[in-house]
Amino acid sequence: MDLKELYQEIILDHGKNPRNKKKCDGFNKDAKGNNPLCGDKIHVFLKLNDEKHVEDISFEGEGCAISIASASIMTEIIKGKDFNVAKKILENFINMLKEGSKPSINSLSDNENTTIMSLSGVKQFPMRVKCATLAWHTFLHAAEDNKKVVNTEK
Amino acid sequence: MDIKEIKSKFPIFTNKVKGKKLVYLDSANSSQKPKVVIDRISNFYSKEFSNVGRSMHSLAVTATNRFEETRDLIKNFINAKFREEIIFTKNATEGINLVATTYGEKFIQDKDEIIITELEHHANYVPWHFLRKRKGAVIKFAECDKQGEVSINSIKQLITNKTKLIAVTHVSNVTGTIMPLSKIIDLAKTKKIPVLIDGCQGAPHIKLDMQKLDCDFYVMSCHKMYGPTGVGILYAKKKWLDELPPYQGGGGMIDEVKKNDISFPESPTKFEAGTLQTAEIVGFAESIRFIENIGIKNITQHEKEITEYGLEKLKKNNSVSIIGDPKERGAIISFTIKGIHPHDIATILDDDGVAIRAGHHCCQILHEKMGIPATARASLGIYNSKEDIDILNESINKCNKVFNN
Repeated sequence: MDLKELYQEIILDHGKNPRNKKKCDGFNKDAKGNNPLCGDKIHVFLKLNDEKHVEDISFEGEGCAISIASASIMTEIIKGKDFNVAKKILENFINMLKEGSKPSINSLSDNENTTIMSLSGVKQFPMRVKCATLAWHTFLHAAEDNKKVVNTEK
Repeated sequence: MDIKEIKSKFPIFTNKVKGKKLVYLDSANSSQKPKVVIDRISNFYSKEFSNVGRSMHSLAVTATNRFEETRDLIKNFINAKFREEIIFTKNATEGINLVATTYGEKFIQDKDEIIITELEHHANYVPWHFLRKRKGAVIKFAECDKQGEVSINSIKQLITNKTKLIAVTHVSNVTGTIMPLSKIIDLAKTKKIPVLIDGCQGAPHIKLDMQKLDCDFYVMSCHKMYGPTGVGILYAKKKWLDELPPYQGGGGMIDEVKKNDISFPESPTKFEAGTLQTAEIVGFAESIRFIENIGIKNITQHEKEITEYGLEKLKKNNSVSIIGDPKERGAIISFTIKGIHPHDIATILDDDGVAIRAGHHCCQILHEKMGIPATARASLGIYNSKEDIDILNESINKCNKVFNN
């Protein structure tokens, strides 16, 4: 277990300078997520068109470097993807953190793969997995019009 | 006092964390357990165990005697007037819920007011919220200032002829503020308002004298007092216990059971339904003896010395902001580091074997008031030394390195 694996440059960069941290224009779906034990809060905004294509995605919130970086990375990767593809990426991502399996998504570019893999070190820190998955679960709630607030302690 | 010698009585410290020596700074969350307590539980199960207060056989007599001995020890430890004033609960939270439920049922009507403070742990808010929902009670929050102090005036100005209870913490689990309990209780007495004290962060560190303090209710958490989990203590003045209805119903808490009615015995039996945490309660007697062997005043003194050293050291560290600056502080230092979230601090510290807690510490009201979502908290026990603080400080510097600050 190595701290450097957890706090890689990519993560520190996304944590300090999160991308798409705003309310995106014209969003038509949104959802909130809480990590009540720690106080992390996240609000995901989504613009999903009739063909279920993610035209835009953004987030607001506060949390640790891992949760903010993960939210930022998620918005970068999911933006411009079809919802079905995005859902597959999400499943792969969560499997990577929980089971340690490598994401196998043909639709990801090399660059996207490197970025998403930067979060794989989180698996070594079980208490932090929920930090990394909060935004992704919240995205799913938004896309599926689930009005329930995501709660990591459910 | 030889802290190394005292620390050697805690088996946990022989283990390494991530290959490092354990620096345990999370005692406000739960303290570690001395070997005497661990052994007592094991021996009790091996040699003396049976259920208490029910059967006639020899083991039951022994177990009952051991169990009730703990009650006597606690009575003396906190100088309660009667042993019947000591109620065993599953934790301090249950103690507050017991009062909220039974006192609430009998004495709280629509629009009656309960005063708490912005410093309270959720355990001293949520049970009153239930009463707000159930009975229409009004909860008023006495404000805390930037130093983390709640002035006697901020409580005084909330009191009306509708005030039915004042419930305050003894020591804040975030700012470490030691509350002016005597002043609060004196004020409440002039208005004939009962006072409940959440003593979770007080009882392990500060000499208690219930007859002198003269509060109506005081709850304690045994696992924060070098004792087992699963046990809390509610101290309540006998006059309340005589008046309040039972809390939970079940075996062991009845007098006579008929098809058309049930009568109940007196305290403490009335409030202790079902089989309690027998072995843990027997084990807790050793925690009390452990504390008394060291001397609670010696514990206070030692922890004060380490806390002051910690404050001095962390104040010199430019990246650290300490939360609150109360005049009287218990063995708790909460802090933030510029540009690094407390969860990240906790993970990086853990890599050095330093165990702290990060988050809102079950005090969302206080964190919202301070405008920060989370803090990192170092809290002390009798086993901590200046060396632990030095390691903490070094590890904080490492946080800045990891984050390239």
